Amino acid sequence: MAQHEIEIILTRQLASCMATPVFLVDPAGTLLYFNEPAERVLGQRFDEAGEMPVERWSTIFSPMDAAGVPLPAESLPLVVALTECRPTHGHFWIHGLDHTLRRIEVTAFPIVGVADRFVGAVAIFWEDPGE
Amino acid sequence: MKVVVWGTRGSLASPGPDTARYGGNTSCVEVRADDGTVLVLDAGTGIRRLGMQLPPSLPRVDLLLSHLHMDHIQGLGFFAPLQRPNMDVRIWGPPSTTLDLRSRLIRYLSPPLFPVHLRDLACCLTLQEIAGGHFDIGPFKVESGLVCHPGTTLGYRIEAGAASMAYLPDHELRLGAVSLDGDPAWISGFDLVRGVDVLIHDAQYTAAEYDGHSGWGHSTTDEVVRFAARAGVRHVVLFHHSPDHDDATLDRLVADAARLAPPGLTVTAAAEGTAYTIAETR
Ligand SMILES: [Zn+2]
Ligand SMILES: [Zn+2]
Repeated sequence: MAQHEIEIILTRQLASCMATPVFLVDPAGTLLYFNEPAERVLGQRFDEAGEMPVERWSTIFSPMDAAGVPLPAESLPLVVALTECRPTHGHFWIHGLDHTLRRIEVTAFPIVGVADRFVGAVAIFWEDPGE
Repeated sequence: MKVVVWGTRGSLASPGPDTARYGGNTSCVEVRADDGTVLVLDAGTGIRRLGMQLPPSLPRVDLLLSHLHMDHIQGLGFFAPLQRPNMDVRIWGPPSTTLDLRSRLIRYLSPPLFPVHLRDLACCLTLQEIAGGHFDIGPFKVESGLVCHPGTTLGYRIEAGAASMAYLPDHELRLGAVSLDGDPAWISGFDLVRGVDVLIHDAQYTAAEYDGHSGWGHSTTDEVVRFAARAGVRHVVLFHHSPDHDDATLDRLVADAARLAPPGLTVTAAAEGTAYTIAETR
């Protein structure tokens, strides 16, 4: 495994002490880390999930709209942040791997380091108990 | 390859009778290849004496800045080669997220902080902006990478033939490593130092002193030994000494740190004037 960029290491360090769920990916979209609060929402421990490609994480949690229609990967905020390199916000439903349906709100943004190096993207999200 | 230490101190120059053995000048290290090519690592106050002993016949010198904190650039205006008309001086260093290297240097090398403007120096000056990556200088293969320290900060790995050294003068391992025992991909600077013959590394604090200084950008002596051991370094040189650590204190710290080292890892503390010779052919 190649050395991660310092911005990615520091983002993980910050995420590891945040109570807000955080999900971190590299520029190719590969999941690098999610923190313990995210484990509760996703229904799986990161140690069990491990690193995974965008094709997998964008589908295994079965993102869907309020009508239950599956959302294409390219519409997910984190994928938009990755592909269009801009911050994005959205809300939708997911099936945690603990088989629990949850409505979540997501803000995703690209991580751009010094010299305009695009080094990854991060999503912070909240489980919305309102509906 | 010959590595000579010209400035060992972090934060602030601290000359005086209590620091005479390890030295009071701030960060500066010379790296000289067997063919005479000279690299200078950082321009702390130690660079003044180094500059004076570089012969006027030397056609080129490359100065690699780790970052632009004052203790790493304060000697720059007093580096004699900058005032030699036929000298080719190349300064390599990082931009910030908003300013290029030239704009950042001019903040110091211009009135009122300094009487001479960067553009008025007599030498043939080239600025090379880097934010990581590989480049060659003569026989040297240089790898640079951003490491954990406030602002944009580079560490360097320098190889010439079979000889290798790494220079991470300001580096906070506690924040930069998820775990020193875990996956090396998550340890800041690991690829730069992996397996080098000599590692010159920030060791400003004792473990007790680190409390209250989290986020200030520096490592503890014991962490540096663990990091070096994990990366298979042969000789780690404790560097960027605290201005508060006198010679007697440094004697004690390096002895304590050396006791933590596994077989095969040598631990010493940088002292002004010390030279390390590393064979380029084996
Ligand atoms: Zn420093
Ligand atoms: Zn610094």
